[in-house]
Amino acid sequence: MAVREEHEIYQYLRHKKKFPGVWCAGCGIGIVLAAIIRAVHRMGLSKDEVAMVSGIGCSGRMSVYVDFNTMHTTHGRALAFATGLKMARPDMRVLVVMGDGDALAIGGNHFIHAARRNIGLTAIVINNSIYGMTGGQYSPATPAGTIASTAVYGTIEQPFSPCDLAAAAGASFVARSTVYHAVELDHLIERAMCKEGFALVEAVSYCHTTLGRLNRVGTAVDMMRALKEKGITQEAAAKLSPDERADKIVRGVLVDRDIPEYTAEYQKLIDRVQAAIA
Amino acid sequence: MQGNLACVEGALVAGCRFFAGYPITPSSEIAEALSRELPKVGGKYLQMEDEIASLAAVIGASVGGLKSMTATSGPGFSLMQENLGYAAMAEIPCVIVDVQRGGPSTGLPTSPSQGDVMQARWGTHGDHPIIVLCPASVSEAFYLTVEAFNFSEKYRTPVILLMDEVIAHMREPFEAPADAAECTSFRVEVIDRLNTDVPPEWYFPYDESTPSDVPPLVSFGEGFRYHITGLMHDRAGFPTERQDEIEPWWRRIFSKIDHNIDQICMYEADGVQQARTVVVAYGCSARSAAHAVKLARAKRYKVGLIVLKTLWPFNESLLENLVGNANRVIVPELNLGQIALEVERIVGRHKVRRVNRVDGELLTPRQILEGIEGG
Repeated sequence: MAVREEHEIYQYLRHKKKFPGVWCAGCGIGIVLAAIIRAVHRMGLSKDEVAMVSGIGCSGRMSVYVDFNTMHTTHGRALAFATGLKMARPDMRVLVVMGDGDALAIGGNHFIHAARRNIGLTAIVINNSIYGMTGGQYSPATPAGTIASTAVYGTIEQPFSPCDLAAAAGASFVARSTVYHAVELDHLIERAMCKEGFALVEAVSYCHTTLGRLNRVGTAVDMMRALKEKGITQEAAAKLSPDERADKIVRGVLVDRDIPEYTAEYQKLIDRVQAAIA
Repeated sequence: MQGNLACVEGALVAGCRFFAGYPITPSSEIAEALSRELPKVGGKYLQMEDEIASLAAVIGASVGGLKSMTATSGPGFSLMQENLGYAAMAEIPCVIVDVQRGGPSTGLPTSPSQGDVMQARWGTHGDHPIIVLCPASVSEAFYLTVEAFNFSEKYRTPVILLMDEVIAHMREPFEAPADAAECTSFRVEVIDRLNTDVPPEWYFPYDESTPSDVPPLVSFGEGFRYHITGLMHDRAGFPTERQDEIEPWWRRIFSKIDHNIDQICMYEADGVQQARTVVVAYGCSARSAAHAVKLARAKRYKVGLIVLKTLWPFNESLLENLVGNANRVIVPELNLGQIALEVERIVGRHKVRRVNRVDGELLTPRQILEGIEGG
């Protein structure tokens, strides 16, 4: 994977010995990486004021490649680490990159509480609906009936949606797109980063290496094409019956509301306490 | 003042400005007091969803440049082991207070115990060094908390303050000094994180050629964009699987502690040189031991007392020198023998007599005296 120097994302990557990356050829995670960089570039942020905190798994490796302040944490805990960092440095833009197993299974508790606190983090969940790095075990986002390496007879569990979860838990901003809709994705990430409170962008991706192979759904190109066909706008979704909507991916901004952001509220608390002492 | 509150005063004097925790008996007074005191000094208290998240947030805040701590008890300490390993691997300063209670599991929430000595040493997986301090009085809860922060910053390592329920809830006359300059009864200086004097392009957060073995840690957001990971990493912080990078890293994180063992290992020794019998104790058991030694001396026994204030690293040569001449070493503990294992390893099993109590009550001086008097 060679990135030309004149390309805008070049200056945001760590070139020396970090490439080629760990991701399989055809993986969607690199598209999310590029979308994040485009969003940061358009916002005109300095690399020094951006931090990327990631969890464990394929998506967790993203923090190695970008030239920000980067922290690759423990499985599921990225939001908890990022919460401490944001408390110490409310002036920094903190991006938190997680996978679906990372954010929703082992990190599910941290996920809902970061949203509830409405702390100013930009969470990006790359949802490929499988544990990719460990070899295709089913995750909380795997659709029922899918074959996985730990569900050879098909999963019988219901998946849940990170967007619904974040919306219910109190996030300020919730949006979804897919790695096929890459330009839309970077605009959603930009809007999420501009939001003061907790913001989630779900980037729906795929894993052709594990899930794709086990379920015989074709190559990366086939899975990308499926995202193109399944990914519909909210307006289009509104015209469909619940049955027709069932396997669609509804894209766009799902929640956008103004709720007091946690670190700003905490500063007000400090000011109030210190004023009372003085 | 209560031991838990002395710990809070020590943390504030040391410069702690961030606490994240989860309520648990018998440590909750620390969280309660810091939630009240931290905002007064511009610091922040955060109640997390569990202890795993608590230590994660503490590490995150430390990377952001704040001196940070958490406090818990055995069940929560078990949950923290994951990120304790992360702090050891990534070399992030942080202080973890474990007010021990009877365990395992939910155990005896309000009964004293010294059962976490080995968990504090080896609780997280993998080979790693650790510093564990253990106060035996309310004033020591203050001073050792300051030292815990100092060691964590100086050596870039997690430091555990291993209290027990007795010291945490006991009240003794003690007035905490308002800042380090006012401390008179104990050597107290506040050590801050070493900053680098090199420009960002020359900065390596894990530089193996640092003479002290402790490379300076620059906070995030200061213009030094680098990588932190729980994976084995090279000098720049990036993942590595190279053998010529892995072993030097491992050697360095051990040597940064081992080379400073005399500064890290604090203890008090009383009448040890002439003694035929020496008691080696720590925490609340050291208080019973001190009284037992007094009773034994009144009966003309030649008894010495060593009170360990640093449990880990265990200073082998120090103990060898101090008790080498003794015939017998008594090790009283509120467990069935944890530090005794170390003492036995150094002086030999035949010389060591364990005095243990695990019924949820304190060791009495009489029990330890019986150990001293026994054949």
